[in-house]
Amino acid sequence: MSSEVASRPVNRRAEIAFGIRLSLPAGLGMFPIGIAFGLLVIQYGLPWWMAPALSIAVFAGSVELLLIGLIAAATPLATIALTTLLVNFRHVFYAFSFPLHVVKNPLARAYSVYALIDEAYAITAVNPRGWNGWRLLATQIAFQVYWVSGGLVGVLFASALPGPVEGLEFALCALFVTLTLDACRSRKEIPSLVMALACFGGALLLVPDSALFVGMLLFVAALAVRFLLTRKGAPDHG
Amino acid sequence: MVELDPWYVAGALAIAFAITLSLRALPFAVLKPLRKSRLVMAMGLWMPVGILAILAASTFVSTASVDWATVAKAVVAVAVTAAVHLWCGRRTLLSIGLGTLTFVALVNLL
Repeated sequence: MSSEVASRPVNRRAEIAFGIRLSLPAGLGMFPIGIAFGLLVIQYGLPWWMAPALSIAVFAGSVELLLIGLIAAATPLATIALTTLLVNFRHVFYAFSFPLHVVKNPLARAYSVYALIDEAYAITAVNPRGWNGWRLLATQIAFQVYWVSGGLVGVLFASALPGPVEGLEFALCALFVTLTLDACRSRKEIPSLVMALACFGGALLLVPDSALFVGMLLFVAALAVRFLLTRKGAPDHG
Repeated sequence: MVELDPWYVAGALAIAFAITLSLRALPFAVLKPLRKSRLVMAMGLWMPVGILAILAASTFVSTASVDWATVAKAVVAVAVTAAVHLWCGRRTLLSIGLGTLTFVALVNLL
């Protein structure tokens, strides 16, 4: 939809407007999940400012949602570090196709890297051409505005409720169930899925208090073994 | 309200910030060797579904591990979430909304 724009001189206002327009479809999803995120912050008994604090310090939706529960339970920092590392590991692959080169200003570049969330990657993957600094920054800033303001609306809404809604924290489980289903598109994913659940199940039996940490470690170790065993006929689609 | 040690919160935020930013920034600096690393590529292919499944299982345990009746309610809610997601066009918000509504209703009404 935008391949011809790159050859024209950049019209700043039009580019910003177009960047915001590109952000809207994903924003329609981010805003309500932001509200749920804000609700959960209050539900877990955390102060309201944890919602914007997490969305500014971390700015990665799924990890933020997890961190609410982990921080409320005073989970050891090592578990928080490993969880963040493994959940956000996918970001390592976004650099391969993200058009960071169109952003020239060093500060703007830094923001663009910091704000390289799933939605930003997805939108540049779907519209690979025509990006320039103004448009990309506008899209990314709009994403953060949707997310932070959604969180604030959720916090406000939860504060207006007479008491916590019992069972609301299931939203987190539901979110990860849908994400797992989305990641599991073909039969090729089944071995990883089975290995992961076995590792977590084992960790839950052996060390119930740190099952998340140990389960993830076991899973990564199991994948390393799998890599060594299959190296000769290694994944050709990689 | 949970009693929070400000240093603990600051530490948690700083760690999550540093790790997330590094994961986003490092590949731009060391793109070429990473692109060739078969281990990294294999991990990128295999890890997401497993990590997400562990997170789903872990959040399930922390939500449901009250008693067996709650486990049963959570199983029903997971089934609703997955069924809506697979058969109503993978609309994440709809799936999460109906799944959560199911669980909230079961917990509060039964």
